[in-house]
Amino acid sequence: MLSNLSARLCSFVLSLFLIAFALPAFAGPFEDAVAKFANDDYSDTEEAIGTVASSGNKLAFPIISALQDGRLMADPDSKKVYVTGTDGKSIDAATGEAVASVPDSASAVRLNNRLRRSVDAALGSLTLQSPDLGARLQAAQSVFKSREETALEPVESALAKETNKSVKTALGEARAAILLFKSDATEVQKLEAVATIKARGDQDALALLSDIGTDQPASVTKAAASAIGSIQSSLAVWSTVQNAWYGLSLGSVLLLAAIGLAITFGVMGVINMAHGEMVMIGAYTTFVVQEVIRTRYPALFDYSLLIAVPLAFLVAGAIGMLIERSIIRFLYGRPLETLLATWGLSLVLQQAVRTMFGPTNREVGNPSWMSGAFELGQITITYNRLWILCFTLAVFAILLAMLRYSAIGLEMRAVTQNRRMAASMGIATSRVDALTFGLGSGIAGIAGVALSQIDNVSPNLGQSYIIDSFMVVVFGGVGNLWGTLVGAFTLGIANKFLEPVAGAVLGKIAILVLIILFIQKRPRGLFALKGRAVEA
Amino acid sequence: MTPHMLTRSLDRGAAIFLAVVAACGILIPLSNLLLPAGSFLQVPTYLVALWGKYVCYAILALAIDLIWGYCGILSLGHGAFFALGGYAMGMYLMRQIGTRGVYGNPILPDFMVFLNYSKLPWTWYGFDMFWFAALMVLLVPGLLAFCFGWLAFRSRVTGVYLSIITQAMTYALLLAFFRNDFGFGGNNGLTDFKDILGFNVQAEGTRAALFALSCLALIASFLICRTVVSSKLGKVLIAIRDAESRSRFLGYRVESYKLFVFTLSACMAGVAGALYVPQVGIINPSEFAPGNSIEAVIWVAVGGRGTLVGAALGAIVVNYAKTFFTSGVLAPYWLFMLGALFILVTLLLPKGIVGTFNAWRDQSKEKRSALTTVSAAAEDGVTEPKMAE
Repeated sequence: MLSNLSARLCSFVLSLFLIAFALPAFAGPFEDAVAKFANDDYSDTEEAIGTVASSGNKLAFPIISALQDGRLMADPDSKKVYVTGTDGKSIDAATGEAVASVPDSASAVRLNNRLRRSVDAALGSLTLQSPDLGARLQAAQSVFKSREETALEPVESALAKETNKSVKTALGEARAAILLFKSDATEVQKLEAVATIKARGDQDALALLSDIGTDQPASVTKAAASAIGSIQSSLAVWSTVQNAWYGLSLGSVLLLAAIGLAITFGVMGVINMAHGEMVMIGAYTTFVVQEVIRTRYPALFDYSLLIAVPLAFLVAGAIGMLIERSIIRFLYGRPLETLLATWGLSLVLQQAVRTMFGPTNREVGNPSWMSGAFELGQITITYNRLWILCFTLAVFAILLAMLRYSAIGLEMRAVTQNRRMAASMGIATSRVDALTFGLGSGIAGIAGVALSQIDNVSPNLGQSYIIDSFMVVVFGGVGNLWGTLVGAFTLGIANKFLEPVAGAVLGKIAILVLIILFIQKRPRGLFALKGRAVEA
Repeated sequence: MTPHMLTRSLDRGAAIFLAVVAACGILIPLSNLLLPAGSFLQVPTYLVALWGKYVCYAILALAIDLIWGYCGILSLGHGAFFALGGYAMGMYLMRQIGTRGVYGNPILPDFMVFLNYSKLPWTWYGFDMFWFAALMVLLVPGLLAFCFGWLAFRSRVTGVYLSIITQAMTYALLLAFFRNDFGFGGNNGLTDFKDILGFNVQAEGTRAALFALSCLALIASFLICRTVVSSKLGKVLIAIRDAESRSRFLGYRVESYKLFVFTLSACMAGVAGALYVPQVGIINPSEFAPGNSIEAVIWVAVGGRGTLVGAALGAIVVNYAKTFFTSGVLAPYWLFMLGALFILVTLLLPKGIVGTFNAWRDQSKEKRSALTTVSAAAEDGVTEPKMAE
């Protein structure tokens, strides 16, 4: 902070000084080099880049980066060079003095591809020792890509001073890249370089190694070829892992959306086309919770989802029970009518939300612990997807435990298996119906909280999940939660493995067609209930 | 179709319905064309096109009623057959544009020129001939329904499972037709039609003729459905609807019956779509949206499933209401009304308007016939009660 301030102060004093004593006597090697930009000659420009970059002048970085962006203006008549800032203000490149406007005769300094690489390399070495860690890392990466020989020295000096491990690795890789292409590097150095690049093991490393050409010693070519082979096979493994991860992530979303349906459709046999709208209500509950927190208690923002989960369960569950009591209970045993009535209900709920919250997407934020990502080998894993996967599995486990070990779970299973027998054993079946439907809807509401983190919160949110959810339940087998779990992850992973081959939309179509064909073979899904209950 | 079958299949309600449709089919085009514009009795051209649309919907409703009302197959994907018929007709109309398109390519439709197609995809071969397009209007939906039904019915996918996979089918088609490289115009669909059989699509005369044709198609579809449901085949269908396993055990090949009626219904939906496209002037993938198919089912439910007149009437009533409400200040509330319609009809009016009316009429007739039987028996000792109808 202090050094930053003093630097600013210095530059301020310096510019005052310059304004006061703008004398020709100031011309030194830096100023001469800057003036070369105005010659409109590629070799002069290259020389100028080298001199400016190694001058240690404060203006070196703004000049070179302006050159890269085409913001470095040179006037061929007066041999003056200007830097136009991204904010539109201009300074004299040689002195750093602010100028009112760049003369009309000035034009941007031209670059060709060779010069562009020197610019990249110069910028790279300029920032290699920046105090900012991110900038250093980026600089090292850009040197790695440009592999400019002139950058070797700055890289080596930066490497000697570097303390951060990841920057050190990046610098080492940058050095290796330069050495590999340096004609006078020894064979040992080159072999070491190949090993370092092989250890990096990503697409860039592959591209670099495939580039080395034929003028290398035979041992290096051989080492590079074997490195390419091993990188390719490890990349193939990583891309499989990545597809599997995406598949798991999609599967968890599908499972979350379908798990409530597995209860209402799978366990109760009620076709609830308004299930997607329960998900939507959960997402809007999250939105409302976050709005209240934003306006009243901003400090609680990170806990907004924890507050939203039980609330969404209660809101969606209550609406579900209301629906069951007022509509669905009159339609038991008439599945096709239930389907139509709940579809109508979904239209009403969507339109109600549209009237209340407007038809556009609403902003739902990610809490800090859900944003960001981390690298695992060659793949990037975002925290929100990871949390959703964990959350889904937790919800699944709780639900399973509830059905298995709680009293109400026992009653639910009893009513599902044999309604009349359950009734004669003293179970209030209609109460169980309402509670079961409420449970399924409540879980849909919880799903909405999670989906609000990765999808647009709009009145159409639910509709996009309803067909997929039904597919999951039908595929997994009705009346079996494990079937839903397996179904969701199978469909998710299959979808993500088909996507790179067939494209996103065709992959989805292929999945739908496969399910339709699969139902031919196993009309009751993967894990079908056996026995007489099936025919009912 | 023997005259005997025809008369047997016509009760009074059906006769009134056919007479009204025929009268509309003749009078509306005549009034549109012959009376001076602005005259009190003249039907404006936009209304002719609008009602033409309703008539097409009525044919679709008949197709759905044939399988849902009489065979218990609830298809939530009939919009797909409708749209496929529409696309077949749309492709013919696209090829009729010829050099009058924006790019003036004699063979390729505009969107293909735009997407850098070098030659016509094979799927478009033959669509420059009307007879071929007309054949495809029947064949494409029919073939899809046949394959789909063959797979589904053979493995005894019934009830809601069938509904859900038909919905998945139309959803898959929706996604496919949205793709630009699928070769059917992608997102924008097919539009900007010029000629049909050499007549300008926009001309009043053509519109009136299309309306009359739609009415004719509605009458024909109605007669076909009526013949099917009142024949022995129809009785078997109803038996399947009410007790599928029992019909199978009685020796009927349930899946063959279902397959036949499903395919027939898909062909009818295709014809409806083909008539719909030149009248509205566009066909795009949103016609495949699952919501459309479900909406078509509710027309049938409102009118009365299992009554053919009801299905057609339901389509017209609901769509008239839709036009009426969505064009006024009540537009934001239309979805509430449609949703409430779904709920209320299934809860309170499960037989639909016509079904409820029929039940009420039968009841009062029964009372009356019971009375006459009693009095007749008192007079000359006839004990056999008269059959209703």
